Amino acid sequence: MSRIDAKFAALKAEGKAAFVSFVMAGDPDYETSLAIVKGLPAAGVDVIELGMPFTDPMADGPAIQLAGQRALAGGMTLGRVLEMVRSFRVDDQTTPIILMGYYNPIYSMGVERFVAAAKDAGVDGLIVVDLPPEEDDELCLPANAAGLNFIRLATPTTDDTRLPAVARNTSGFVYYVSITGITGAASASAARVAPEVDRVRKATGLPVCVGFGVKTPEASAEIAGVADGVVVGSAIIERIAAGEDTASVLAFVKSLTEAAHGA
Amino acid sequence: MNDTTPNSYRTGPDERGRFGIFGGRFVSETLMPLILDLEAEYEKAKTDPGFWAEMDDLWTHYVGRPSPLYYAERLTEELGGAKIYMKRDELNHTGAHKINNVLGQILLARRMGKTRIIAETGAGQHGVATATVCARFGLECIVFMGATDVERQKPNVFRMKLLGAKVVPVTSGRATLKDAMNEALRDWVTNVENTFYCIGTVAGPHPYPAMVRDFQSIIGKETRAQMMEREGRLPDTLVACIGGGSNAMGLFHPFLDDPEVRIIGVEAGGHGVDDRMEHAASLTGGRPGVLHGNRTYLLQDADGQILEGHSISAGLDYPGIGPEHSWLHDMGRVEYVSVTDDEALAAFQLSCRTEGIIPALEPSHALAHVAKLAPTLPRENLLVMNMCGRGDKDIFTVAEALGSKI
Repeated sequence: MSRIDAKFAALKAEGKAAFVSFVMAGDPDYETSLAIVKGLPAAGVDVIELGMPFTDPMADGPAIQLAGQRALAGGMTLGRVLEMVRSFRVDDQTTPIILMGYYNPIYSMGVERFVAAAKDAGVDGLIVVDLPPEEDDELCLPANAAGLNFIRLATPTTDDTRLPAVARNTSGFVYYVSITGITGAASASAARVAPEVDRVRKATGLPVCVGFGVKTPEASAEIAGVADGVVVGSAIIERIAAGEDTASVLAFVKSLTEAAHGA
Repeated sequence: MNDTTPNSYRTGPDERGRFGIFGGRFVSETLMPLILDLEAEYEKAKTDPGFWAEMDDLWTHYVGRPSPLYYAERLTEELGGAKIYMKRDELNHTGAHKINNVLGQILLARRMGKTRIIAETGAGQHGVATATVCARFGLECIVFMGATDVERQKPNVFRMKLLGAKVVPVTSGRATLKDAMNEALRDWVTNVENTFYCIGTVAGPHPYPAMVRDFQSIIGKETRAQMMEREGRLPDTLVACIGGGSNAMGLFHPFLDDPEVRIIGVEAGGHGVDDRMEHAASLTGGRPGVLHGNRTYLLQDADGQILEGHSISAGLDYPGIGPEHSWLHDMGRVEYVSVTDDEALAAFQLSCRTEGIIPALEPSHALAHVAKLAPTLPRENLLVMNMCGRGDKDIFTVAEALGSKI
C-alpha cells in the first residue's frame, strides 16, 4: 500500500476528508519554503503537493505563476525540488508528497533519471498538468512501474465517454478541477461539485479531491463535506507572496484544515 | 533520431499527432476534449468540397490569390547566380501570408458554432489577420499580445482596434509572444463553451500543426503550378524564413517528395547563434522539449526552463518552432540555417533598392540567405524565396536600426 493509499484509508476510517495543500517549492526562497513544508503536517495537512517551478505554467493563474517566478529567480531547479523532499523525509515518513508541475523540466532531466531520483527522495506521486492520458507512455507508465502514483486531473469537460480513459493507469486519488479555468480563479459551489464527485468516484473507484478556487475556511469545509478531499493552493501562496512569516502562513493553513476536518 | 528514409515526407502526422517523436497533444485535461472535437471537425471539413469551395472563393476575391510568382530580374543580376523568383504573399490582403490560415480556421469555427475567437500575436500580423476575418464574419475577437510587443508594434495594435478586436496586453512572464500564447491558452481553458483558439503558426497541440500547414500549403501548390507554367519544370531551390514556421511549411510541403528540390529554412540568428542565446534559432541553437502542446526544438536552459528568443523581427522571436520542421530537420530533408539581425537589415535594403519591394523583416531573413547562396549557384538554378510579408509595419524598427528619425 502506498503512502497515499494508507493516508486515505486512515482518513476514511476516521470519517474525515483529506486536506491537500499546494505550495511552490523554493517560494520565496529554499530555506523558508522548506520550513513551511516541514510545518504543514502539524498544521493538519494530510497530503502535500509541492510545485515544480516552470517558466510557462499555462494552466495557472497569477498567484502560482508569480510563485514559480520567485522560486526560479531564487535559483530553484528540479534537482533542488527533490533535495527539498529528501530533507522533509528526514523527519516525516508518513505524509504523502506529490510533485505537481509541467513536463518539460522532467523531460529535460530525462524521464528514467527523474523517476528513479523522485522515488529515492521519497516522492509518492506526480501530477503533470500537460500530460493527458493520450501521452501516458511519456511519464505515467514509467512512473507507475517505479511505484509512483500518477494522479490525474478530471475537469467539467471530462465527459462520461472520456472518464474511462482518465481512470486508466491512474492511482492514489483523482484531482477534480471544479471549474473550467486556471488556478486561483472563480470557485465552484459544493452543490455543483457534489454530483461531479460522485460521477468521477464511480468511474474510477478512487478517492476524489476537489481543487481550483477554494480560498477560505468556509469553502474548505463546504467542499470537504461533499468530496474525499479538498485542495488549496493559491490562497496559501498569496499569504507567502504578501511576505507573511512562516508561523502566520501555517496558522492560516491550520484554519483551513480544521474547517475541512470538522466538516 | 530516426535513421530510416520514409517513402514519403508528406504523410505525417500519425494518429497521435506525431511527426517522428515531435508534435503530440501535451495539453491539460480541460482542453483535451476540445482539441479532439476540433480534430474531428477538421477531418470532416478536409474532405468536404463545400468547405474548400468557400475557402477558394474567399482566397480569390477577399485575399487576392493566387499571389504572383515574380521573377526578380535586377536582384538576380546584382547577385550574379541563381535565377531568383519571389512568391509574392506580401500582396495578400492584410500584407502577409497569415490570412491564408486564419480564413480556414474561422470557417471551421463557424462550422463548430463558436462565436468568440481568441488569438495570440507577436508582431501583430496574425492578430491583424484574425481581427480582419472576424470583422468580415461578425465574430467577437480577442487578441493576446505581450505588453512589450504592444509597445513596439503600435500601428498594428491600432489596426486591430479599428477592426473591432479587443487587444489584451499580456504582462505575465516576460510579456512577449510565448507569454501571449500562454495567456490565450488560459483564456481558452476558462471559456471552453463558445471559444475557438485561432493559432497563427504550425505549432501547438495536434491538429494545429497539420491544419495550419494544410491551409498554408496553398503557397507551395500555387508556386508549383506557376513555375511549371513559367519554366516548364520544378524549382531547384526553395528558401523561406522561420519563426514558428508557417510560411515556410506552406511553401515546402508540396515539394517534400521531390528530392531534386533543395529546401532551406532560415531562422533568426539575432546577435549570433552562440551561448549568449541572443537569437531565436530553435533548431540551430536549441534542443527538443515540450511547450505549448507539442514536442519540438526549444530554446531552454539546462533545467528545461524556457528562454526568450531575440530577433530584430518581432515575428520570429519565438523560442520554439513547428514540430514538423523539427522532424524534417532530424530527417535531413530540409536544411536549416540562420542569419543575423544585421544581415537581415542589409537584405531589407537590398530588396528596396533593386526591386522596389519593401519586405517585412521576417522574409528579409530569407532574402539574406538568398544573397549568400545565389552567387554560388549556376544561372539555370531556379530559386524561389517566399516574400511572405510586406515591410510597412517595420519601417520604425528599421529607421531606428539605421540611425534615422521618422
